[in-house]
Amino acid sequence: MEQYEPDRLSAARLAAVRRSFRNGRAALTRRSLLRASAAGVLAAGGAGALAGCGIPAAGTTRGGVPAQDHSQEEKTVNFSNWTEYMDVDESGRRHPTLEAFTRRTGIRVKYTEDINDNTEFFGKIKPQLAAGQDTGRDIVVLTDWLAARLIRLGWVQKLDPSNLPNAFTNLSAQFRNPDWDPGRAYSYPWQGISTVIAYNKKALDGVEVKTLSDLLDNAELKGRVGLLTEMRDTVGMTLLDMDKDPAKFTADDYDAAIARLQKAVDKGQIRRFTGNDYTADLTKGDFAACLAWAGDVVQLKADNPDIEFLIPDSGYMTSTDALLIPNKARHKTNAERLIDYYFEPRPAAELAAYINFVCPVDGVKDELAKIDEDAANNPLILPDQAMQAKSRAFRSLSSEEETAFEEKFAKLTGA
Amino acid sequence: MTTVTEAPPLAPAPPEPEPPRRRGRWTPYLLLLPGLLWLLVFFALPVVYQASTSVQTGSLEEGYQVTWHVATYWEALSEYWPQFVRSVLYAASATVLCLLLGYPLAYLIAFRAGRWRNLIMILVIAPFFTSFLIRTLAWKTILADGGPVVGALDALHVLDVTAWLGWTAGDRVLATPLAVVCGLTYNFLPFMILPLYTSLERIDPRLHEAANDLYARPSTTFRKVTFPLSMPGVVSGTLLTFIPATGDYVNADLLGSTDTRMVGNVIQSQFLRVLDYPTAAALSFILMAAILIMVTLYIRKSGTEDLV
Repeated sequence: MEQYEPDRLSAARLAAVRRSFRNGRAALTRRSLLRASAAGVLAAGGAGALAGCGIPAAGTTRGGVPAQDHSQEEKTVNFSNWTEYMDVDESGRRHPTLEAFTRRTGIRVKYTEDINDNTEFFGKIKPQLAAGQDTGRDIVVLTDWLAARLIRLGWVQKLDPSNLPNAFTNLSAQFRNPDWDPGRAYSYPWQGISTVIAYNKKALDGVEVKTLSDLLDNAELKGRVGLLTEMRDTVGMTLLDMDKDPAKFTADDYDAAIARLQKAVDKGQIRRFTGNDYTADLTKGDFAACLAWAGDVVQLKADNPDIEFLIPDSGYMTSTDALLIPNKARHKTNAERLIDYYFEPRPAAELAAYINFVCPVDGVKDELAKIDEDAANNPLILPDQAMQAKSRAFRSLSSEEETAFEEKFAKLTGA
Repeated sequence: MTTVTEAPPLAPAPPEPEPPRRRGRWTPYLLLLPGLLWLLVFFALPVVYQASTSVQTGSLEEGYQVTWHVATYWEALSEYWPQFVRSVLYAASATVLCLLLGYPLAYLIAFRAGRWRNLIMILVIAPFFTSFLIRTLAWKTILADGGPVVGALDALHVLDVTAWLGWTAGDRVLATPLAVVCGLTYNFLPFMILPLYTSLERIDPRLHEAANDLYARPSTTFRKVTFPLSMPGVVSGTLLTFIPATGDYVNADLLGSTDTRMVGNVIQSQFLRVLDYPTAAALSFILMAAILIMVTLYIRKSGTEDLV
C-alpha cells in the first residue's frame, strides 16, 4: 500500500505556508503577537506607577516632520519591504532592479525584508514615530489602510513632486486619487492587490458559482466556503454584492453587510476566516470556493489546474501596498529617486514579471511582453479597461470608525 | 638558674574569616541577579504596564490616560465570557487527553522500554525540531476533508457519533471543536510526558517487588504504589499542559472555525486589529487571574508540595 505522507507538502503548499507565516499580510504568529504586544506595552511609556504610564498623544503634524536631508553626503537609502516582494536573480540573493538603480545613481540601497504583517510592523515602529524619532528607515511599504492611518497621524513626510517626474506621469489612473491621499501627496503605490473569488473546480463538483451570494447562500457549499480576515476585503466584496459602493458606504450599510455575513456564519456556511493560508485549504479542496488575492491565484493556477478565479459582475476590491517616507528619515531625496525609478516602464516590468501583483505603472505592457508574454496579457497583472472599470477601493475610515468596524468584524469572526 | 620564661603572649585569636564569609553571604544574591533582572524586565515591568493599560481610556490620536476605568474589566468579561469558558473547556479536555495518552507512554519508557528508552524519548522530543506552526499545519493535511483519516472515520460512522455530540459538524473534522482539542493535545503532549517520566523513573523498582511480595496484584501495585508516587509528575504535567493550552490561539485559529475561538484569539484581535489596548490588557489580566485561581485550587486539592 502506498504510504500516506502528510508531511510532504507540495511546492505550492510550502510556498503558501511560507507566505502565510513569514510574509502574509494577515499572517499570525506567536512571535507577532508577543512582539507587537511587547511594543504596545513599551509604548505605554514611562516606568513606575500605573498612573504614570499613559500613552502620549500622537503628534498629529500634517505634512510630517522632516529631518535634515543627508542624501547628498550619504549616498544610501534604507528600504524596508515585505518578504518575497522584490525580483531576485537565479542565485536568489541579488535584486537586479535594485542593482541597476545603484549602478545608475550611485545610491546604495540597504534593502531589508523586515515587514511580515501590517499590524505587527505598526506596533514595531509606533514607539519611535510617536516619540518623534528616526525609525532608521527611509522607505516603508504598507497596505493602504495602514498608510492612511500613518498619514492621518502625521507620521510620514510629504513627497517632493519635483523628484518624482516618472511617478507622476506613469501612475495608472486607477491609483491616482485614493481618498486617503488625494493626488498622492504622501504615498505612491508599490503594487496593487486585487481581491477576487477563487474556486476549486474539483471540489465544486459542478456547483455553479457566479457571485459572492452563491458562496454565502448555496447550501451545497455549506462548511466549504472561506472568507478573509482582512476586514476591508471581505466586507468590501460583500458591499459590492449588495450593490453598495465600498468607496461611499455608510455605517448602516456596513452593519447590513455584517448582518448578511453573520447569517452565513450562523448557518455554518463559512468554514473559516483566513489570512494567506487559504491557499492550502483551496488546493486541498477543503474550501470549494473562497475570497482570494489575485497574486496568489496566478501562482496557484500554475501549480494546480483545478484552481480558477472569477470576477463577479458587481466588481472586485483592489487595495494597494504604498511606499511611504517616515518622519525623520535621513535620506528623503534618495528615497524619492528610488520611488521614481520604479515608475519607469523597464524596472516596473521586471518587477511585475517576477511578483505577479497588479502593476500600478502605465506603459509597461510592451516591456513586460518582452520578458513574459503571458504575464503581459494577464488581466490580473495588467488590468485591461474592463477590469479597471470593475475595480473598487475601500473608503478611508476615521479612527473611531476603524475601531468600531474592526470590532464588529472581529465579533463576526468569533473573537 | 631558673629562668622564667615569660609565657608567650596569648596568640591573638585567629582573625575571623570575615571577607570570604561576606562574599559567601552575597553569592546567592549575585547568582540570583541575572534571573531577577530578567524577571523584572520581561515579567514585572510588562505586568505593571499591562495593569496600567487596562485602566486607561483614550485613542491612538489623543493618547491614552489612566482614568481608572475599571469598568473595562466588567465589559470585557461580559462580552467575551463564552470564549473564556470555551478556553477552559478545551484546555481541560486536552489536558485529560494528554494524561490518558501520556501516562501509559511515560510508564512504558520508565519501566518497560529497556534499551529502547532513549529512542522513544527522542521520538517524544523530535517534534520540537520543527516549528509549532508547521506541525499544526501538517494536521490540516492529515485531517483534510478528502483525506483517508476523515474517509475512514466517516465509513466507520464515528463522525455521526461525534456530530451528534456536537464535537464535529457534517462530514468533516477540521474547523470543528474536535480538531482544536486534538491539536492542543498533540502540541502539548510532550509537556505531559516528560514530567511524568521523570517522576516515574525515580520510583525504586524494589517497591514494586515489595508490593508483589506482599501479594498485591499488578493493578493494586499501580493504584497503591506507582500512581501515588507519580503524583508530582501528574500535577506538574497537567499544569504545564493546561496553562499554556488555555492561552493558546494558534490551534483555534488554524484548526478551528468561528465558533471555536478561544480567549487568546480575542486578545490577539483586540490588540492588533481593533487596537483596543485597554480591553486586550483587561482580558489578559482576567485570564491570568482565572488561571491562577484554578491552579491554586488544583494544587491545594491534589495536595502536592513538591512539583517534580
